[in-house]
Amino acid sequence: MKRLALALSLAAALAPTAHAIEYTKVQADQSSITFSYTQMGVTMDGRFKDFTNQLSFDPAQPTNAKATIEVALASIDTGTAEGDDEVAGKSWFNTKAFPTARFESSSVKAVGDNRYEVAGKLTIKGQTREVVVPASLTPQGNAGVFAGTFTIRRGDFSIGEGSWSTFDIVANDIQIRFEITALSGNP
Amino acid sequence: MSDRYTATAKTLHWLIAIMILTMLGLGFYMHDLPLSPEKLKLYSWHKWAGVTIFLLVIMRLAWRLTHQPPPMPSSIPRLQQWLAHSVHVLLYLLMFAIPLSGWLMSSAKGFQVVWFGVLPLPNLIDKNKALGDLLLTVHLSLNLLLITLLLGHVGAALKHHFIDKDTVLKRMLPTLTAPSDDSI
Repeated sequence: MKRLALALSLAAALAPTAHAIEYTKVQADQSSITFSYTQMGVTMDGRFKDFTNQLSFDPAQPTNAKATIEVALASIDTGTAEGDDEVAGKSWFNTKAFPTARFESSSVKAVGDNRYEVAGKLTIKGQTREVVVPASLTPQGNAGVFAGTFTIRRGDFSIGEGSWSTFDIVANDIQIRFEITALSGNP
Repeated sequence: MSDRYTATAKTLHWLIAIMILTMLGLGFYMHDLPLSPEKLKLYSWHKWAGVTIFLLVIMRLAWRLTHQPPPMPSSIPRLQQWLAHSVHVLLYLLMFAIPLSGWLMSSAKGFQVVWFGVLPLPNLIDKNKALGDLLLTVHLSLNLLLITLLLGHVGAALKHHFIDKDTVLKRMLPTLTAPSDDSI
């Protein structure tokens, strides 16, 4: 019993430090942004190789959290060189005029069990839409792994114009999955 | 024993023949198209048809193994009979190997084959760009070999029909009248 009491008092003494955790240092090599969609009924996937990320997230005060993600659209990997060239072009991302996609959080709501709803503005190809992104936090040592999947409609952002603007070949819904690892401490 | 192929054998032969010729044309045409929705659609159709041919060829081989084909006319020299038989064996091998190489290529290139957009076929190998490019070369080479053999196959059939005037081609032609009414 004495040992247990000691352990409890120790835990109580250490507890405040848990509140001091704030995830800020994004580890690019342990983070990924991937996407998937269907093409003629076939599920396809790809990823973005280059993106930057500002994050400040204190699990004790999630409503103060902020996240900004910028994705270099030309860094897309669709699986084929032909596909990469095509989506950089005018009818898709038009990366010359709009090189980055940007997400900026406006509010974060904790929904329990290390799950959050991150509302924010998503800007692609000069068009901004409000989105709500579900995210889960998994602490791993002094790192936090934020992961989630959400769906955008490419038609909302004019991604795929002209002959690509119908959705019978390449579907409208694009699932985006992110996994962002950030260390606590000063960036 | 009949001197003609069975109706099933003929149906499968001509159905597969039409599909193969269409697929050869489609394959070369679609490969050179610039990326477009049309191209993606044609690729999907090509894969669906390829899977269909593969299944028809399995049925055809099963039929062939359980039904004795009509003998070749005895007027044909032994060596020619052996040559014809060898070409038939090679054609069967290619009819399996070509769809299979396409399926493997699709897997290696990261495009799963979903038959008619509904039934997903398992990926036979993992995504691997170098292997995908190699399999494209294999698929093309096998098709060039197929074209060569088909020229021989069709050329021989026409030679037998029009020059030798024997029954070789007639054995495989659709029977429009009762077989007994046919005279050579």
